[in-house]
Amino acid sequence: MSSGDLINSEPQQEKRVKILLVDDEEGYVTVLAKRLTKRNFLVKTALSGTEAIRILRNEPFDLAVLDLKMEGMDGIEVLKVFKVMEPKMPVIILTGHGSETAAREGIEYGAYDYLVKPCDLSELVERIREACAKGL
Amino acid sequence: MKEKHYYSALARNMTLIIILVSVTPLILIAGMIGYYFETSYQEKVMEHLKEVVEKHQQHINSFLDEKLSCIKVLADSYPFDELNDDAFLANKLVILQNAYMDAFVDLGVVNSAGVQIAYAGSLKLLRADYSKAEWFHEAIKRDYYLSDVFLGLRSTPHCIVSVKKRRGDSEWLLRATIDFVAFNSLVEGIHIGETGSAVIINSAGELQTRPRNEPAPSIIEMSSRTLWGRRGGKNAEPVASSVEEIKRMSSGSNIVSGIIKAQNKNIIFILMPLKSGEWTLAYQQDQDDAFSKMNHARTIVVSIFVFGCLTIMLAALFVSRKLVSQIEKADVEKEIMNEQVIEAGKLALIGELAAGIAHEINNPVAIMVEEAGWLEDLLEEGDFEESQNLEEFKRSLKQISVQGVRCKEITHKLLSFARKTDPVHRDIQVNEIIEEILSICEQHSRFNNIRIQTDLDEHLPQISASPTEMQQVFMNLINNAIDAMGSGGGLLEIRSGVDGHNVVVDISDTGHGIPKGVMTRMFDPFFTTKPVGKGTGLGLSICYGIIRKLGGNLTVDSTVGLGTTFHVHIPIHAETA
Repeated sequence: MSSGDLINSEPQQEKRVKILLVDDEEGYVTVLAKRLTKRNFLVKTALSGTEAIRILRNEPFDLAVLDLKMEGMDGIEVLKVFKVMEPKMPVIILTGHGSETAAREGIEYGAYDYLVKPCDLSELVERIREACAKGL
Repeated sequence: MKEKHYYSALARNMTLIIILVSVTPLILIAGMIGYYFETSYQEKVMEHLKEVVEKHQQHINSFLDEKLSCIKVLADSYPFDELNDDAFLANKLVILQNAYMDAFVDLGVVNSAGVQIAYAGSLKLLRADYSKAEWFHEAIKRDYYLSDVFLGLRSTPHCIVSVKKRRGDSEWLLRATIDFVAFNSLVEGIHIGETGSAVIINSAGELQTRPRNEPAPSIIEMSSRTLWGRRGGKNAEPVASSVEEIKRMSSGSNIVSGIIKAQNKNIIFILMPLKSGEWTLAYQQDQDDAFSKMNHARTIVVSIFVFGCLTIMLAALFVSRKLVSQIEKADVEKEIMNEQVIEAGKLALIGELAAGIAHEINNPVAIMVEEAGWLEDLLEEGDFEESQNLEEFKRSLKQISVQGVRCKEITHKLLSFARKTDPVHRDIQVNEIIEEILSICEQHSRFNNIRIQTDLDEHLPQISASPTEMQQVFMNLINNAIDAMGSGGGLLEIRSGVDGHNVVVDISDTGHGIPKGVMTRMFDPFFTTKPVGKGTGLGLSICYGIIRKLGGNLTVDSTVGLGTTFHVHIPIHAETA
C-alpha cells in the first residue's frame, strides 16, 4: 500500500500486466479492480464463472484472480476450464475463510497460489508479480 | 432422573413376582403330596392297628373258650359223685394246671344253694357260700357262664367259668377260677409304641384287665355303651353322646374305630366285642404316638419347605435389588449420554451458526477494508494535500483497516472453532483449544471484571482426542471458573505443561471455592449447586467422563473463600510423545 510499490513497479513493467478478476461480490471486485489499476495493472472484471470464460474466449490475459465460492459455476470448475483454455495463464485463488481445503484442491488443479480474503493488497500484488515472473 | 420411589417400587414388584411364581407351585405340590401322604399313611396305620387288635381278640376269645371247654369236658366226663370229691378235683386241677400253665387257680363244685361242696385249690374255700354272689345268680341261669372279673371272697381279681349240670331235680355247678395274671397278660400283650395299650371293659364300664396306661374315661364310657350286634341291632351301635369330641369314626358289625379328642389330645381308639359282646376289647393310642413317624417326616418336610421359601425370598430380594441398581445405573448413564449428545449438538449448532455468520460478515469486511485502502490510495495522490484534516483522514482510514483486520481475526476464530465440532479423535494441540475458547469467553469475563492470565507451554506435545469433546471440557471448566468469581471480578489463570506422560492443564480461579460437602459429590451426575433451571448438574460429570475415557484424570483443589484449581491430566499421544 505504500507508494514504494508503485514506484518500483513502473520501470520494470513496460507492458502492463493484464489481469482477469473473477468474483461474484460486485463491491469487492470494483474496489479491488480500482486499486490494482492504480498499481499499473490492466484489470478486467467478471461477476461469474460463465462471464469470465466468455471474456477469456475473446481476449488473452496474463493472469486470473479467482474466487472459489460463487453462485452458478463454482470456482474450481472455472479453474478447470481456464486450465484447458489457457494452460499457461497463472491463476491465483482469492477466497473467503473456511475454503482453504477447496483452495488447496485448486492448487492441485494447477492454480499458482491461494490467498484468504480479506487480504493485504500488497501481498496480492506481490503474488501477482511472482506469478508473472515465473510465467515469463 | 426418575425418582427413588420408582426404583423401590420396581424392586418390590420384581421381588413379589419372583416369590409368587416360585413359591406358589411349591405350596401346591407340598400341600397335595402332604395331604395324600397323610391320609394314606393314617389309613395304613389304622388298618395295621385293627389287624393287631383283631388278632388279640381272637386270641382272647379262644383262650376263654378253651377254659370253658375244659370245664365242660370235665363236667361231661365225670358224674357228680366223682367230681364231688376234693381229692379227685385236686387231681384234675393239677392236670389242668400242667396243661394250661397255671391258668386255672382252683376247681370247685357248687350246689344249687350256692354252697361250694367240693373244692381243690390253694385257698380254703370249701363250704364257701356263693348264694349272694352275683356270678352265682348269673351262672345258675345258664348252661355255661364266664363271669366278669371281680374281687370276690378272696379279695384278688379273678374270674370264674362255670358249667351247670343237673342231678335229679337239683342243679349243680362245676366252677373254675381263672388266674387274673394269665388272663391279663393276654391283653397286656397288646402294646404298640409308647402309648398304645388295650383293656377289656364290661358292659358296666368296669375294667376287666389292668391296662398299662389308664384308658380315657370317654373310651370306657363308649365301650360300655356300645351295643354289639348280638345284643341289639345288626351292627355295632356306638353311643357317643357324652364323649368330648369324636373326630372320626367308622363302625362295622364287630369293630368300631375312630379318633376322639380327650384329655387335650387326639386318641385313636378301636373297640371290638369279646365274650359275645358282653365285654369290649378297647385299644387306644395317642394319635401323636401312632403317627409319630409321619409327624417326624412332616416336621422335616415343613422345615425344608420353610427353609426353601426363605431362601427363595432372600434370593428374590437380592436379585431384584441387584437388577434394579443396574437399571438405575444404566438409566443415569443413558441420561448423561443424552445430555452429552445434546451438549455436543448444541456446540455443533453454535459452530454452524457462527460459521454462517462469520462467512457472511467476511465479505462486507473485505469490501470495507479494500474501500479504506482505496481511499488511502487516493490520498496518496495528493489531491487533498492542502486539507487541514488530512492527518485525521489518514488516521481514520488506518483505523478502519485495523478494525477490519480485527473483525477478520474474530471471524476466523469462530470459523476454526466451528470446524472442530466433530467427535473423531485427531491430534490436538491443547493450547490452541484453550486460546480459542478464551477468545470466545473474553467478552463475558471482561464484563465481569475478570482478568485472564495464561501461561501456556509452547512446546506442549499433542494429544489424541475429539476436538469437540476437548472444547466441551475446557468450555465447561473455564465457564465454571468465571461463574465462580461472579460479577465481583477476579483472576483466571490457565497454565499448561507436561507432567510425566500427561499434558496437564491447571485452571485456577479466585472465586468462592468449593465446600467439603460439595467436593465429594461434584462429579456426580445431576449434582448442582446452581438454582433450579440454571444448571443441569451434568457439566462436570461430562467433563470427568470425557477425561476418564481418554485415560486421563480430572482433580480439584479448593479452599473456601480463596478459590479453586482444576487439574486436567490427559495422556500425551503416543506418536508425538
